[in-house]
Amino acid sequence: MSEPNKYETVVGLEVHVELHTKSKIFCSCSTAFGAPPNTHTCPVCLGHPGVLPVLNRQAVEYAMKAAMAINCQIADISKFDRKNYFYPDSPKAYQISQYDQPIGENGWIDIEVNGETKRIGITRLHLEEDAGKLTHVEGGYASLVDFNRVGTPLIEIVSEPDIRTPEEAKAYLEKLKAIMQYCDVSDVKMEEGSLRCDANISLRPYGQREFGTRAELKNMNSFRGVQRGLEYEQFRQAEILNSGGEVVQETRRFDDALGKSFSMRGKEEAHDYRYFPDPDLVRLHISEDWKASVHASIPELPDARKARYTTEYSLPSYDAEVITSSKKLADFFEESLSYTKDAKAVSNWIMGDLLGYLNANGQELTDVKITGQGLGEMIGLLEKGTISGKIAKTVFKAMIETGKLPQQIVEEQGLVQISDEGAIQAVVNQIVEANPQSVEDYRAGKEKAIGFLVGQIMKETKGKANPALVNKLLLERLK
Amino acid sequence: MALFDLRLQDVHNKLNNKELSVSELVSASYARIAETEPSIKAFITLNEENARQQAAELDKQLQEGGERGLLFGLPAGIKDNIVTEGLLTTCASQFLSNYDPIYDATAVRKLKAAQSVTIGKLNMDEFAMGGSNENSSYYPARNPWNTEYVPGGSSGGSAASVAAGQVYFSLGSDTGGSIRQPAAYCGIVGLKPTYGLVSRFGLVAFASSLDQIGPLTKNVEDSAYVLQAIAGYDASDSTSANVDIPDYTSALTGDVKGLRIGVPKEYLGAGIDPRVKEAVLKALAVYESLGAAWEEVSLPHTEYAIATYYLLASSEASSNLARFDGVRYGVRAEDPANLIDLYRKSRSQGFGPEVKRRIMLGTYALSSGYYDAYYLKAQKVRTLIKQDFDQVFSQYDLIIGPTAPTPAFKIGEQVGDPLTMYLNDICTIPVSLAGVPAISIPCGTADGLPIGLQIIGKAFDELTVLRAAHAFEQQTGHHKLRPRL
Amino acid sequence: MEMSYRTFREEDTTMSITSKDVEHVANLARLELSDSEKEQFTEQLNAILKYAEKLNGLDTEAVEPTSHVLPITNVMRADEQRQSLPIEKVLRNAPDDEDGQFKVPAVLE
Repeated sequence: MSEPNKYETVVGLEVHVELHTKSKIFCSCSTAFGAPPNTHTCPVCLGHPGVLPVLNRQAVEYAMKAAMAINCQIADISKFDRKNYFYPDSPKAYQISQYDQPIGENGWIDIEVNGETKRIGITRLHLEEDAGKLTHVEGGYASLVDFNRVGTPLIEIVSEPDIRTPEEAKAYLEKLKAIMQYCDVSDVKMEEGSLRCDANISLRPYGQREFGTRAELKNMNSFRGVQRGLEYEQFRQAEILNSGGEVVQETRRFDDALGKSFSMRGKEEAHDYRYFPDPDLVRLHISEDWKASVHASIPELPDARKARYTTEYSLPSYDAEVITSSKKLADFFEESLSYTKDAKAVSNWIMGDLLGYLNANGQELTDVKITGQGLGEMIGLLEKGTISGKIAKTVFKAMIETGKLPQQIVEEQGLVQISDEGAIQAVVNQIVEANPQSVEDYRAGKEKAIGFLVGQIMKETKGKANPALVNKLLLERLK
Repeated sequence: MALFDLRLQDVHNKLNNKELSVSELVSASYARIAETEPSIKAFITLNEENARQQAAELDKQLQEGGERGLLFGLPAGIKDNIVTEGLLTTCASQFLSNYDPIYDATAVRKLKAAQSVTIGKLNMDEFAMGGSNENSSYYPARNPWNTEYVPGGSSGGSAASVAAGQVYFSLGSDTGGSIRQPAAYCGIVGLKPTYGLVSRFGLVAFASSLDQIGPLTKNVEDSAYVLQAIAGYDASDSTSANVDIPDYTSALTGDVKGLRIGVPKEYLGAGIDPRVKEAVLKALAVYESLGAAWEEVSLPHTEYAIATYYLLASSEASSNLARFDGVRYGVRAEDPANLIDLYRKSRSQGFGPEVKRRIMLGTYALSSGYYDAYYLKAQKVRTLIKQDFDQVFSQYDLIIGPTAPTPAFKIGEQVGDPLTMYLNDICTIPVSLAGVPAISIPCGTADGLPIGLQIIGKAFDELTVLRAAHAFEQQTGHHKLRPRL
Repeated sequence: MEMSYRTFREEDTTMSITSKDVEHVANLARLELSDSEKEQFTEQLNAILKYAEKLNGLDTEAVEPTSHVLPITNVMRADEQRQSLPIEKVLRNAPDDEDGQFKVPAVLE
């Protein structure tokens, strides 16, 4: 794909995050994912005649918490409005949402791209209810509706058009995800739909103030998909502009498999949602006390942790960024530090072996069994010389797979390092005697021959011999 | 004396003394229905089998003794927009002709707890939109005083069934006068409680910010009892008021000495039938004779009330009735070409003309570019109308006037003229917009048709409303008049 | 107030809503109107909206809108999960269903 270097890309993102309350936003049905169709429904969420909504306090507090975490001003008075449209996944034919008095407004988050920090503005954060799920059957001639998801509390976070590249968009989403995770308001799993993203993207010649005509991009199912969708879209729009054409304002669907976006024209009608205040719900008066008590529940957020890791533990900025991008990883890091003082070593193990393993297997930290305690204690064993670096790799892999503590693994598998000089001396003698050719080579100046001998010794001791001791004794013997 | 003319205490005494059984009460109800229903058409659905079974159970309970509900054994009719589990609830609409509810309205649960017996579901204007019952998609209910005349609406079946002696009491719903006006036309007592006093949960919404459930009864005492049974905070209704519920029968003292009554000149101006005006003035004279004082007052924004009401109520209705889309319940049109066709056909075939008209009006009023001019403007005028009431209530205990400007009109007389029909509600709509309680009680007749007196109180002051209504009833015999059927 | 409400229809001469508007609104409301209904609604909605214009005579610049007559705020429930309905009840009124779900004609064509 060619770089559209004549044009500046302008992107704004609309992100929906499902709040992980126990019950739905306006009724007491479960919000659990994956139940048989329509088994988490009641007259209220099915939109039966005569039913009324009652607001879930936890949903409001999660929304406030999330809004505070992205530096929004919290409304003193907020209210709910009806957004009217017909669609089979919307049982009342209106969605209860917030129109002109959202929970939060005017926030921001900082993202880091190519080592530079950039601030992205947040226009607003509002609370609303999720819709049901449609499945297409009979070769696309019919659809089935499952209302389990209807009424799951959602927050919609709308960014300012401050994003300039697909990479920034991805960084923004990663940061947003991390913040929501830290706040513990959502599972933020894109594959389960608990985080969803639509993008508005337009191009303009560098130096131009006015925005170009934008397209709304939907159906991106991963952060990578968002980045790819935007890359494709900026390429598509640049081609149109380069050939003297005009971008049409429309909604486009990104097809991840094909890597292309397609117009949804014809599927959409001119929308007139006829918002008005929902007369079934009353206003929220958000007092300073209420704000303060919610604010007190916000934990240390990624930026603050990152700053602390670079100052307190002298981690490189990049390492601190990566570790704090996931709350679970950062918590793992800190748990390790309860068992060892060597933060740099912990960081190295996380950045190298742990993330390497997870990436190679497409897994997350929660998918593997290793604990922070395990890593911390393993580093302790290394420091004491109980195990070698080589053994540590074996122990680490065993911890990932079994979750056992290193001491136990070492004992069970007999991995304790042999540091007994006499025992090693015996092996050294045995190997030197058995390999006269290599000894001769070494003495003739072929330094490399010593590597072979060390290898033989380690093999004989099943890798448990203390490498430093092996080197020392071997060199003495060969003198 | 007819069985249903007995006072509630007397019914319960007879039940205690085994002079009467619940089964007899229920049988009397169905016998009267069999006799009068062909000319009254008050019901859409009867619940006979269940009601008789329930009566037998209550009779068994009578034998065994123990605590009994406040409305024990009383045959009740329920307006067909109040949801009853397992008993068809149609809202008098073709769209819901097959709707078998999966839950009970809170008011219905409360009636069950009070142990009344549900006789059936009552006729109404479709989705409570109308003031004559002619908008029922099944058949119009008729006025028991003269079956050529409308019983009023939208709770026309609720009023007619009580007036015709088919049930002991009924529940109706009032959005702009839908309990009070039919009560006036049918010569009975209809109470619209303060907005928020009775739960709306399970009342099929017409205009959510105005709808209230209330009792229709033959006298004020029964009204107090039924209100006692259905009033109270409900956690399922976010607009339910968390207030203490007093003993409403404690208001029935007959004493109105010293009450200050305001009589809005706007309710007795041009356009009011002189016979109605005369009946109201006579009623005021009765209050004077009882030691109350009345003065003319002004509710200056009255003339804006109808426009305000139709904009607000229709806007809310256009959204409330959107759920009737043929996906989860109701009658789905056959062989739709596609999804949008399914919506359009199901709704167009399912809704009658008045419902469509109000959905159209409301959709227009909320649509892009008109919200401020219509809906928001109407909400602001609503504030002014409410302030009118606040003003008067700062100096007076009650407001009294007619319930409707005329007695009942003939069936068919105003069909096709929606605005004239809307204007019948001039005296009830402002009260609904202000959210305050009001009762309509009989205060005379004109050419054999009843006239209603409307007594309006401060928010949550049903006690004073009931006290004044009861005192008037004690002094006069209007409520004892019965239509000849 | 002069109760002139039985005569207002005669004043109504201008048509502010066209039948095109009526069609647009009918589409928003998912109603299918016959030609005679369209004509009738155009006329009646015009009469009603003409009547509603009287509200414009009131200065409401400094007036707060009333959406609730009761001064209730912050009505919320605790986040407690309760039993949902059995599937038989959920589907009891379904015009068409399959595999425990509500069935409709295709959403995408």
